[in-house]
Amino acid sequence: MDIAVVDYKGGNVQSVLFALERLGVQAMLTADPEVIQRADKVLFPGEGEAASAMRELRAQGLDQVLPTLTQPFLGICLGMQLLGTHSEENDATMLGILPFEVKRFPTVPDYQVPHMGWNNLRRPRSPLFAGLREADFVYFVHSYYAPVGDYTIAEAEYPAPFSAAVQHRNFYAVQFHTEKSGPVGTRILENFLNL
Amino acid sequence: MLTKRIIPCLDIKDGRTVKGVQFEGLRDAGDPVALAARYALEGADELVFLDITATNQKRTTLIHLVRDVARELDIPFTVGGGISTVADVEALLLNGADKVSINSAALHRPELIDELARRFGSQCIVVAADARNNPENGWQIYTRAGTHNTERDAVAWCREAADRGAGELLLTSMSNDGTKDGFALDLTGAVARAVSIPVVASGGAGRIEHFTEVFQTARAHAGLAASIFHFGEIGIRELKEHLQAEGIPMRL
Repeated sequence: MDIAVVDYKGGNVQSVLFALERLGVQAMLTADPEVIQRADKVLFPGEGEAASAMRELRAQGLDQVLPTLTQPFLGICLGMQLLGTHSEENDATMLGILPFEVKRFPTVPDYQVPHMGWNNLRRPRSPLFAGLREADFVYFVHSYYAPVGDYTIAEAEYPAPFSAAVQHRNFYAVQFHTEKSGPVGTRILENFLNL
Repeated sequence: MLTKRIIPCLDIKDGRTVKGVQFEGLRDAGDPVALAARYALEGADELVFLDITATNQKRTTLIHLVRDVARELDIPFTVGGGISTVADVEALLLNGADKVSINSAALHRPELIDELARRFGSQCIVVAADARNNPENGWQIYTRAGTHNTERDAVAWCREAADRGAGELLLTSMSNDGTKDGFALDLTGAVARAVSIPVVASGGAGRIEHFTEVFQTARAHAGLAASIFHFGEIGIRELKEHLQAEGIPMRL
């Protein structure tokens, strides 16, 4: 199985490669549109700032390629947010694969931004979460979020519900760091590889 | 519900874990990669690695260590020590660090925080602040591994770091560090009230009650400790179970 990890200088890709390695998978880190198109599965990790990430994707022509993919695709963290239409983070126009607008967490007493740490997954409802229990913990680090919509396949609360995971056709994405969420995260990655 | 975090800290010198008292008198505490794996298994929520001898020639050793740890570890980890440029941060993130913590360099040139936050996002920029309680001037910030008094007020500096884009504060009380008499509750509480980013309390943990206090009284978001974990005085799972029983949300 050929697994491509999209390389757009988006932060901690190495963590994702190591997590795949622990599952016995040697993935290709690549920005080459042809390699990405040919892969059996595509992972789109991300950490960092939305506007610079979009600039990098455009520079490599990936903003045109990614929306046309048909194989199972997993966005992680910023890699999920980039699937939306727009982000409040530096007013970035995103890939537009999913219809959400990414917003900044409001300032609420006792709810620091970034939302950083372990939080429960609520109502996980997708083959991606096979074997998980309601309220299992995963690791989040983010200041911006996607609202809940038809595309939501799991929620988390901070303090209001937001999309912890989304799906549209072959495009799956999680706001948390599945590669850094202990055995629960490993199981989610495994489930993705088995889609 | 977002849980409070328990974070073992590994002070690294020449590739080994060491621990001192009030920043001096270092004692060997083992192989960092093995310790990291053990802590993850025992339920640590994150790990922090502080390279306390970070000099240019030691940099490569640290990068290799970060890579070895990242290969094994399925929980987040922060790396700090001697970071002063965008290139330093890039090298650590590329080798598997999830967050970096900056200390002296940020005090030397505070704009570094803005630059790093813009380039990598606030979520991976931790500002580490070492404070000592001086009888006349209150809590002041020290740099260069605690040897130099900047004479900056601790709360004011933490607020500035947050305003400049830090995603988290790692607040160490040098006055409490290694004493096992408990965290600096007044300092931690004052900083947690002054900023709207998470505060990791560090320095002074010796008993389970110290964590209860720092979460309930000082409203810290995470508690960090080293020697009590390295030398097996308190087990991480045992600690988390106790705290959960006290009504403090924990990942168990």
